[in-house]
Amino acid sequence: MKPGEGAAGRRRKGGMRTRMPSRRGLSSWQLRLYIAGQTAKAAAAIENLQRICERRLHGRYQLEVVDLLKNPQLARGDQILAIPTLVRKLPPPMKKIIGDLSDEERVLVGLDLRPT
Amino acid sequence: MANSSGRSSQRRSRSDPQPRCSIEKAWSGIRGLDEITGGGLPRGRPTLVCGGPGCGKTLFAMEFLVRGAAEHREPGVFMSFEETEAELAANVASLGFQVERLVAQKRIAIDYVRVERAEILETGEFNLEGLFVRLQHAVESVGARRVVLDTVESLFAGLPSPEVLRSELRRLFRWLKDRNLTTVITGEKGEGSLTRYGLEEYVSDCVLFLDHRIIDQISTRRLRVVKYRGSTHGTNEYPFLIDEGGISVLPITSLALEGAASSERVSTGLPRLDEMLGGKGFYRGTTNLVSGTAGSGKTSIATAMALDVCREGKRCLYFAFEESASQIQRNMRSIGIDLEPCLRAGSLRISSLRPSVFGLEMHLVAMHRAVEAFEPELVVVDPVSNLMNAGTLLDTRSLLTRLIDYLKVRGITTLFTSLTPGGNSLEETEVGVSSLVDTWLLLEVVRSGGERNRLLSIIKSRGMRHSNQAVEFRLSDRGFGFLDTYLGQGGVLSGSARVTQEAEDRAASAALDQELVRREALRDSHRRAFEARLSALRDEFEAKDAELVMEMEEVRGERDRTTRARTEMARSRQAFGASQAPAGKRTRRKEDGA
Repeated sequence: MKPGEGAAGRRRKGGMRTRMPSRRGLSSWQLRLYIAGQTAKAAAAIENLQRICERRLHGRYQLEVVDLLKNPQLARGDQILAIPTLVRKLPPPMKKIIGDLSDEERVLVGLDLRPT
Repeated sequence: MANSSGRSSQRRSRSDPQPRCSIEKAWSGIRGLDEITGGGLPRGRPTLVCGGPGCGKTLFAMEFLVRGAAEHREPGVFMSFEETEAELAANVASLGFQVERLVAQKRIAIDYVRVERAEILETGEFNLEGLFVRLQHAVESVGARRVVLDTVESLFAGLPSPEVLRSELRRLFRWLKDRNLTTVITGEKGEGSLTRYGLEEYVSDCVLFLDHRIIDQISTRRLRVVKYRGSTHGTNEYPFLIDEGGISVLPITSLALEGAASSERVSTGLPRLDEMLGGKGFYRGTTNLVSGTAGSGKTSIATAMALDVCREGKRCLYFAFEESASQIQRNMRSIGIDLEPCLRAGSLRISSLRPSVFGLEMHLVAMHRAVEAFEPELVVVDPVSNLMNAGTLLDTRSLLTRLIDYLKVRGITTLFTSLTPGGNSLEETEVGVSSLVDTWLLLEVVRSGGERNRLLSIIKSRGMRHSNQAVEFRLSDRGFGFLDTYLGQGGVLSGSARVTQEAEDRAASAALDQELVRREALRDSHRRAFEARLSALRDEFEAKDAELVMEMEEVRGERDRTTRARTEMARSRQAFGASQAPAGKRTRRKEDGA
């Protein structure tokens, strides 16, 4: 799978919305946000996450948003229970952050982005 | 009972002893539980199964699911919070559950939910929608009617904010109910509460409590229905066991005594004893007890009957809790009972086990298994009193009740022996089974005059005319010898006392015989004396009589001569009227002389 095509392929297959990094090759951060339906809480979480990422990981991250109502079978792979859950796939170790990501300080701690 | 739902229980008559209920029930598939709960778990509602570690919660849940899928066409979802799919399948495979096959057939779905506290950080509001999504996905994938959540409480350890969890669990149970899913939720026992996180607050329909305790180093598992909304249920603690066939709850009272009573008879193998029992022995399919103190001959009587059954070409299963098979063989040979041919022919099986080898429930199962495999005509348990070592009095009694019921329903004749401790009343068995048995033989050892003698009597024998007499029996190398006890002026005697008394009786009787002979002789001589005197008297009389006759002849001759002479004189003197007055006087005198 060539870079660039992968995300598009996955989107078709799994129905993920993928936000590509602005600069290729630097996507050392791979994040996945699980939501269940386009709720207000989900929208808030996405917004919070995008804001943090743009500020701290600009151009270095890849973010997938997975809607479990559309792809319930995907919940098993990452052992998702709580909604919303943000999974840091890369860099290792894997981390899970639950909640609407409104507490920015804690999100940064959870993503190991502190201190800067 | 073959009916499976609450609907059918509504049709039952009022006199039916089974629990009555108005809610629909789903067969749990767990042996015995459906009898206690009157049909199973509440259909479409959650049931909480709680207990300490190792009490069998997960197994209970798995059996509920597997049996539902395999036997009742109710597919199920197992949501495991503790063990992975592979672990679960492997753990229950030893119990004969083919989980992997059912999964492959899409009749069961297993979802392993792992929650690792260390990996999770909370950063704001959240809910457990992910769990719902997974559950729904699993339910839809197999068309599930049943769900297991094992152990949902792990979430409390794995996720922050218990308040959110509580409200989400409440929502989850509501969700399950709305989808009409029959659910088993397991929960770990807490300190002073049924579950550590108070799950019982949310599950209000049915709560079962499993207990695994060790009493005197022997483990016993018990199940109790803590609550069952909308249904009556058995409230006792029911022993249950886990074996190769899964869980078996043993409701003490569930087996109704419905077996048809046979009027066929089974010989005890001792003709004299048969004679005492209405001439024919025990009834087939009854429970019979031989009780007695140590050394009174219980095992001997039991083996005699076993041998007789085997000789008739039937099978006997002998549970020996005191002696090994070879020991019994050797001991019985000493009284002329050779078990070797029966053992070799396979008609007799001696199952020798120490009672303490495992708990009572396992004993019961082992016995059930052995009976089912061997299909005996006679089951001997020697002695039942030894089972006391494996449990409490109450447990033993309930075990025996269940064993008796089980054998009775199958029409198997049973012979129990029971050791009566020396100090107690003889007519009291340690296990208190006497009220459960149909025929009770009592063996006594009577000590008198420096010896012990065995007496056998029948305390009770239901449904037959039986002897009220005690008989003495002796064991020798020729087998059993029955002797009537001495019943006479000296009371009831046995042994040497009986022999002595009998000798005395014989002597007394001989003396009387002699007296009789003597009197007879006396009478004889008396008669002879009388007859002698009689004959002498007759002789005397006859002699006198003859003399008198002679004298009379002489007188008559004299008279004739005188008359003749007077007539001649008158004729010669031509006297006057000779025929007048003087003649009349003469006539009278003559008459006097005659």
